[in-house]
Amino acid sequence: MKKYIDQGKNDTRSGFGAGLTELGRTNPNVVALCADLIGSLKMDQFIEENPERFFQIGIAEANMMCIAAGLTIGGKIPFTGTFANFSTGRVYDQIRQSIAYSGKNVKICASHAGVTLGEDGATHQILEDIGLMKMLPGMVVINPCDYNQTKAATIAIADYEGPVYLRFGRPKVANFTPADQKFEIGKALHLTEGTDVTIVATGHLVWEALIAAENLESQGISAEVINIHTIKPLDANAIINSVKKTGCIVTAEEHNVLGGLGESVARVLATSQPTPQEFIGTNDTFGESGTPAQLMEKYGLDNKAIEKAVIKVIERK
Amino acid sequence: MPRLEELQDLTTQVRRDILRMVHKVNSGHPGGSLGCAEFFVALYNELMELNEGFDMDGKGEDLFFLSNGHISPVYYSVLARSGYFPVDELNTFRLINSRLQGHPTTHEGLPGIRIASGSLGQGMSVAIGAALAKKLNKDSNLVYSLHGDGELQEGQNWEAMMYASANKVDNLISTIDLNGQQIDGSTDTVLAMGSIKAKFEAFGWDVLDIKEGNNLEAVIAGLKKAKTMTGKGKPVCVLLHTVMGNGVDFMMHTHAWHGKAPNDEQLEIALAQNPETLGDY
Repeated sequence: MKKYIDQGKNDTRSGFGAGLTELGRTNPNVVALCADLIGSLKMDQFIEENPERFFQIGIAEANMMCIAAGLTIGGKIPFTGTFANFSTGRVYDQIRQSIAYSGKNVKICASHAGVTLGEDGATHQILEDIGLMKMLPGMVVINPCDYNQTKAATIAIADYEGPVYLRFGRPKVANFTPADQKFEIGKALHLTEGTDVTIVATGHLVWEALIAAENLESQGISAEVINIHTIKPLDANAIINSVKKTGCIVTAEEHNVLGGLGESVARVLATSQPTPQEFIGTNDTFGESGTPAQLMEKYGLDNKAIEKAVIKVIERK
Repeated sequence: MPRLEELQDLTTQVRRDILRMVHKVNSGHPGGSLGCAEFFVALYNELMELNEGFDMDGKGEDLFFLSNGHISPVYYSVLARSGYFPVDELNTFRLINSRLQGHPTTHEGLPGIRIASGSLGQGMSVAIGAALAKKLNKDSNLVYSLHGDGELQEGQNWEAMMYASANKVDNLISTIDLNGQQIDGSTDTVLAMGSIKAKFEAFGWDVLDIKEGNNLEAVIAGLKKAKTMTGKGKPVCVLLHTVMGNGVDFMMHTHAWHGKAPNDEQLEIALAQNPETLGDY
């Protein structure tokens, strides 16, 4: 099995900040907006280098989303930055009407997604954002797995014309994808070849899936790990082709199983290649305060949970 | 003043368009549309600097955003009669497969529309964004927007008002259609807002009243005055005092015709009060 090495833990939000900084230097149309969370979103460097292209909106996310929509009229490419909760649920109608339905080229960049923002607790831990955003017609939904991939995705979405939801997080997680990668929207990445089970993961759960795959290998189980960084549009062929070989699948995401990646995968398989599937995700619940590691364990999101799900789904073949 | 007479004729024709559009599909919002006929005619014919044709980015021309999207009939009529799309297309208002959706949208590619509106309270923020893009592009043209008075009950407007003055968005003229009516009754009975003028001023805007919002000459003069107030470090608010349903006696001074179409008989009476001038679509 191909091995991946953690080049040093880093937060995906810093990958966003680095990508935005690079865009500031290479694309004069890129502008950034923030709702009083510059430090949390790692936007400082972009602002220092491009003060005239940055808009501090204050604590007014609805206003921010619609100002971003307006900025596209005149050719700007706005990147909004706030927490995932305030980037989606709080401003759903603004995004729906002024961005998605209006077809505006806004990049909604959302940090602190999921339970692993940790101690702040459930008011800030959105586990419904993927579902909310994937339901909007025309919205691209991306959840990169590590620092390098978040940086690459941030840069790539500036070249895509249309609304994008880019989801990342607060904790430092393994950084294992290449620094020089080219990010292709909608293209699944096969990380390991396997024959017994397909594990489709998104976000930092890709790393957990790789650890699970390694543990499973020692038990004689061959797992094919696929990194689905783009939840919409979903790379259906990559998933169908993999399960044709393995015959079962586990999906893994830091999100409610209702409305997340797993359900998108289930829809593809139900219509094209019915396959036993187990879901790693939170189970119709809110989060709570705790450390990221504690929360990953309690809510069944870590490599141990993935391993268990794999053993269960293989039995169902 | 022959020009004014021409525009008066156009205003009357726009009223006929509005009435015939909503009557045909037995739905839509005639009240606010009729009340804003003078504003739209003045804006598109006397105020806005417009390029030939339609380009979404609108660089080098003035832009307009309709926030209270339900008054789409007046918007569509004036856009069509300004040459953005064929006047005949007004026949398709609210019908299946039409570019003239119940509320305006970019989604069907109707020239002249730059944002979807209908869900209230979003247009001022959008207009601010477009005004900021103009400043970044060193484009000296202006951005106009229109909002209902009842619409100000949506909290996002106050976020936008605060932002625009704090950031000196002075290439923006936001007009409030002050007709005092909303779906459930008068604005004072539904949710009294006190002095809208005092509120805008407290939020750092320059405010201008157009007391006779259904007097074409007064509207043109007022909007021209508002234009001279731009570029001075403050966003500009125009309080346009109108009568909902203006031009049709039985539709005036009531909220009853906010979102209700006339029947055949009512249409006949209403059209008789607004004789054909430029030719029906």
